[in-house]
Amino acid sequence: MKPRAPSGKKSRKRQGADVIELENVGYSYGGGELLGEISVELSPGSFHFLTGPSGSGKTTLLKLCYGALLATSGQVRAFGEDMRRLDRDQMALFRRRIGVVHQDCRFLDHLPLTENIALPLTVSGHDLAGEHENLRELMAWVGLSKRAEALPPELSGGERQRAALARAVIMSPDVVVADEPTGNVDWEMSQRLLQLLVELNRMGKTVLIATHDLSLIRAAKSQVQARVLRISNKRLQLAGADL
Amino acid sequence: MSKGTIRALLMADKQADRVVPPSGFTAQLTLFVSGAMAFLAVFALALSLASGRLADRWASELAQAATLRINAPADQVAAQTQAALAILIQTPGVAEARALSREEQAALLTPWFGPDLPLDTLPVPQLIEIVGGTPAYDAQGLRLRLAAEVPGAVLDDHRRWREPLVDAANSLRRLALVSILLIGGATAAMITLAANAALAANSQVIEVLRLVGARDRYIAGAFVRRFTLRALIGAAVGVLLGMGGVMLLPEASDEGGFLTGLGFRGIGWLLPLLIPVLGAVVAFAATWHAARRRLKELA
Repeated sequence: MKPRAPSGKKSRKRQGADVIELENVGYSYGGGELLGEISVELSPGSFHFLTGPSGSGKTTLLKLCYGALLATSGQVRAFGEDMRRLDRDQMALFRRRIGVVHQDCRFLDHLPLTENIALPLTVSGHDLAGEHENLRELMAWVGLSKRAEALPPELSGGERQRAALARAVIMSPDVVVADEPTGNVDWEMSQRLLQLLVELNRMGKTVLIATHDLSLIRAAKSQVQARVLRISNKRLQLAGADL
Repeated sequence: MSKGTIRALLMADKQADRVVPPSGFTAQLTLFVSGAMAFLAVFALALSLASGRLADRWASELAQAATLRINAPADQVAAQTQAALAILIQTPGVAEARALSREEQAALLTPWFGPDLPLDTLPVPQLIEIVGGTPAYDAQGLRLRLAAEVPGAVLDDHRRWREPLVDAANSLRRLALVSILLIGGATAAMITLAANAALAANSQVIEVLRLVGARDRYIAGAFVRRFTLRALIGAAVGVLLGMGGVMLLPEASDEGGFLTGLGFRGIGWLLPLLIPVLGAVVAFAATWHAARRRLKELA
């Protein structure tokens, strides 16, 4: 399968609202400011690259977007809701609408790959018996059909990244956030991953990719209309014209 | 916590239980602690019930019995004994009064002086056994009357040594109950430690689960079920072993005195079966609180 097109979930969205909005957001830790005055809107179906040097705060900004961190100033709205007002259960439900590909992938090493990819379904109470076909199609889409029973430590870097992407999209989220998805893979694999992310965007998903790999951004130029955001000196800038 | 939450936490969920990796030493620790504590709890319960029975028996038996001792010159013993019996028979609250025979008195002294005691040559006082009725007789009034009419009579209603014995048995019962509470508390503390260790060891798993949209209840449930089940199994084994140990204790006997008869009686044998259930409840609460506290530390 390819990830299912957004369906009923969209109706929960406030009409016309951006999927994720950051308004004058700042984040400080241990008395020091890591990010400040960040304002950006991710509209439905948009494609964004977030770039900047290592340590500039790309991962922090992504975490603010998917609720792993809460802004210390300003407001982050997800699907029209102020993220600070979400209780823990609501936050869990919100995360089911955002698929995240972490830089280090983060799998449960004791479970085979299929169960790791199906984890979002498992935790949301889906009956996996009815999802076998979808799961099989999804594994084929990311080219991991033959690795279904492998344990995560047995996978290569590229396989881990594709598996993480499959896990991120299995719930057919509205947004896919990827943190350096091509950081540990070769050029060919990075192109394959980019292709998958572009396909997701064509299905209507909002995509946000943090990367310091400018060649990836250039390669995306011919495939998708993307905005490039750059973090510099703890502030967010639009990096030139749209690609 | 609502009934629905408790049911959701306890309901078997194979998928959810698989996401938490098997944990080695915490599993063994929980099983061992629950088993050992349940084993001790069985003995504490047996001691509590036995000392309670003892206190009740001593209190009721001794409350019913009294002894009248006639200390008189040899030629007056018979007359004073008859006079005392006459008074006792007339006294309200005295159900029965009977002078002990020479043989009965000799039997009482045999443990100290041997069977060949020449009782006739010794100035042994005459004993009269009094069995109280309901309502009880007025001991103080009886003493005054005996003092006036039977100068050699001394009434001993056993109160002097009865009350400390009953107090001691009741204290033992309280001590056993406190021990059971301490055992419960220690079990909760140990299971909390084990649960915290398991939660800390699985912090990355928990983080991943949170990030893919798992609710706190789902994550906590996986740990709660595991520890509750372990505590239940461990406590069940401990109780079975404890009950086996109690069964091997000697039966109650006069010769054994207090040291025998420590086991359960009749329906009392069912009481230890509650221990695994209580152990599971303690484990459930301890793990739930540990998991909630830990999860709140995460975003």
